Amino acid sequence: MTVENDSLRKQIKEAIASQKRPTVTVLSSLLAIQDSIGYIPNEAIEEVAIAMNASINSVFGVASFYPNFRFTPPGDHSVEVCWGPTCHLLGAGRVLDEVLEQLGLEDEGDTPDGQVSFRFNTCLGACSRGPVISIDHELYGNVTDTQASILLRQLKDNPKTS
Amino acid sequence: MTQDKFEELKTEADTYWETRSNGNIPLIRIGTAMCGHAAGAYRVADKLKTVLSERSIEANFDEVGCLGLCYAEPLLDIKKPGSPRVFFNNVTADDIDQIIEGYLINNVLPESNVLGYMGEGEVPESADAMENIPGIALQNRIALRNAGHIAPSNALQYIATGGYSGLYKAVTTMEPSEVIDEVKNSGLRGRGGAAFPTGVKWSFLVGSPGPTKYILCNCEEGDPGAYNDKGILESDPHTLLEGLAIAGYATGASNGIVFIRHGHDGPIDRTEAAITEAYENGLLGENIFGSDFSFDIEVALTGESYVAGEETALMEAVEGKRSMPRFRPPFPAAFGVWGKPSNINNVKSLSYAPEIISKGSEWFSAIGVNQSTGTAIVCLSGDVNKPGLYEVSMGMTLGQVVDDLGGGVSGGRELKLLQTGGPLGGVLGPDSRDIHIDFDEMRSAGAIFGSGGIIVGSEDVCAVDLTRVLVAFCQFESCGKCFPCRLGMEHLLEIVERISNFQSKPGDMDLMRSVGGTMEAGSLCGHGQLGFGPIRSAITHFESDFKSHIEENICPTGSCNRPKIVPKNTRPYANDFATGD
Repeated sequence: MTVENDSLRKQIKEAIASQKRPTVTVLSSLLAIQDSIGYIPNEAIEEVAIAMNASINSVFGVASFYPNFRFTPPGDHSVEVCWGPTCHLLGAGRVLDEVLEQLGLEDEGDTPDGQVSFRFNTCLGACSRGPVISIDHELYGNVTDTQASILLRQLKDNPKTS
Repeated sequence: MTQDKFEELKTEADTYWETRSNGNIPLIRIGTAMCGHAAGAYRVADKLKTVLSERSIEANFDEVGCLGLCYAEPLLDIKKPGSPRVFFNNVTADDIDQIIEGYLINNVLPESNVLGYMGEGEVPESADAMENIPGIALQNRIALRNAGHIAPSNALQYIATGGYSGLYKAVTTMEPSEVIDEVKNSGLRGRGGAAFPTGVKWSFLVGSPGPTKYILCNCEEGDPGAYNDKGILESDPHTLLEGLAIAGYATGASNGIVFIRHGHDGPIDRTEAAITEAYENGLLGENIFGSDFSFDIEVALTGESYVAGEETALMEAVEGKRSMPRFRPPFPAAFGVWGKPSNINNVKSLSYAPEIISKGSEWFSAIGVNQSTGTAIVCLSGDVNKPGLYEVSMGMTLGQVVDDLGGGVSGGRELKLLQTGGPLGGVLGPDSRDIHIDFDEMRSAGAIFGSGGIIVGSEDVCAVDLTRVLVAFCQFESCGKCFPCRLGMEHLLEIVERISNFQSKPGDMDLMRSVGGTMEAGSLCGHGQLGFGPIRSAITHFESDFKSHIEENICPTGSCNRPKIVPKNTRPYANDFATGD
């Protein structure tokens, strides 16, 4: 077992152990790990199975069910575009086109340089300000394709340092 | 906490709030609910704090929830000593200097951004009263009474505005059965979509054996187009906590769980902060108000799953499993979360309880129409000039909602459709202006009021295109447990996509009806049973749109000519996982 692997396991165990809510479950542990390290590596499935006394199959069953979990390290930045009906009526399609073109992607996924992880969101919760996009969990409402393009360029010019 | 202690706490809260909201130091409030957030309110708040500290201006500052006027966000207001609250709309960080320099210091209103004033005191020239704005005048706020006025998680501000007095009254002066009777008599019906009488639902749990019984509050709210549950939790979470505790007292439950979707950080953080404050002030926990009643509340998160809002799927998610619905019976009142008796209520339904107990069932049942008492919390979005979060008396017509509250269809266009009740709801045509917001009337019109989302579509909206997005959502969110829904949704999406791509096959319309009928008859939960609803109502009201795609290969608005990006079900498969090295 490598040093890198050890430190990953340590982070995972800490994330499982430091949950503040009184009820701890397979799902809550997976969410805590995703919040902490950004994805669910194989080690996380194993550690949650050990901690919760569950089988690997049942833990992966939970992880694979909810689309917010990802299984590979995320890019430095997250970009989400809402495709709910309100945003769609208000032009989310054009925003999506622009975002995909800027990122050089054809679908959900990570940019080849590992800078940006892009996904669709079924509803970002601010329908009254549609179309809505989220960049690093900051919401931007009433977004046009031009504004989305500007925001993404700012993102490129401003690589994450941490 | 004993009874005397609550009186003391109330006095402390009143003094604190009087000093803060009406004292010698200005109070500045900014709406930072999701609508404010999406409009840039946090950037405005940061700038404001910088300016105040650079200029050494003494002022109190509160982040508050949504006043309902989402279109006006970011919405900032300043309450100077002796003056009413003056509201500034669509504020950007660049406007802050002018607002602080101009109004706060020199008492001169800027030329733009002034929305109006609210309250007593010396009225600044050229400002209009907020109550003259339809979005304020037409609202009747009960569950959202504090939204936009107080800091969401602050127990003292909530108590000072009458909070926890409903719980106090219930616990100290009423029997649990009287509380249930009061809620039954109020006519309150569940606001999650099914409109089942809340008091009757609570009574199911009364006879279930304890001591551990759960009241679950459902704020999954994955429906696109609805944000009122999140709005309540972000704007005034104590109202929900008080309602939850009242339900706990009435039904003999020991625990409350607020169930929120992971990723909705505003509602989660504010609810958890409110829970902490409630415990610190002795309003939750052991022997509330010195009585035998003890009640605990915690937050549980779900991953992203719309079906997790279904009551038995919700219980599975609370237990940390895949959110797939259970077979019924046994019903939740007998076998719920962790196998204990449980009762599931929507955020809005519970948030009415404090005021119903404080003011009485007669007061509540006098509001609204027919069998739909109280208010409707409308999430108005789409092609409308003034989208917002409006709480209005039941019985308002959809026309009033669109034209008076919403300021009409945007861009001076004609109304074409209204999509109501969430993605499983229905689509109504332009002739729906006279339909009243009334659970039963909406249902007989072929739509549902559901959880309160109303999406306005203008003449530029193609009914086929909108239906395609709704069906794509329902397909994406099908949990996959029962095949009528899993396969049916996939099949329906395939057909609707075919039609929108002008590649329909003969008999497609009948095929959709047939698939829909099977789903309705054979699905385990509402997701599949109602999944055909959007298509059925769309083909009822907009048959001509479908026909022109099918027979003439023409999309009347051109929306379907664009390349379409619709996410497919992206849940990973088991072969993506290989056990570690």
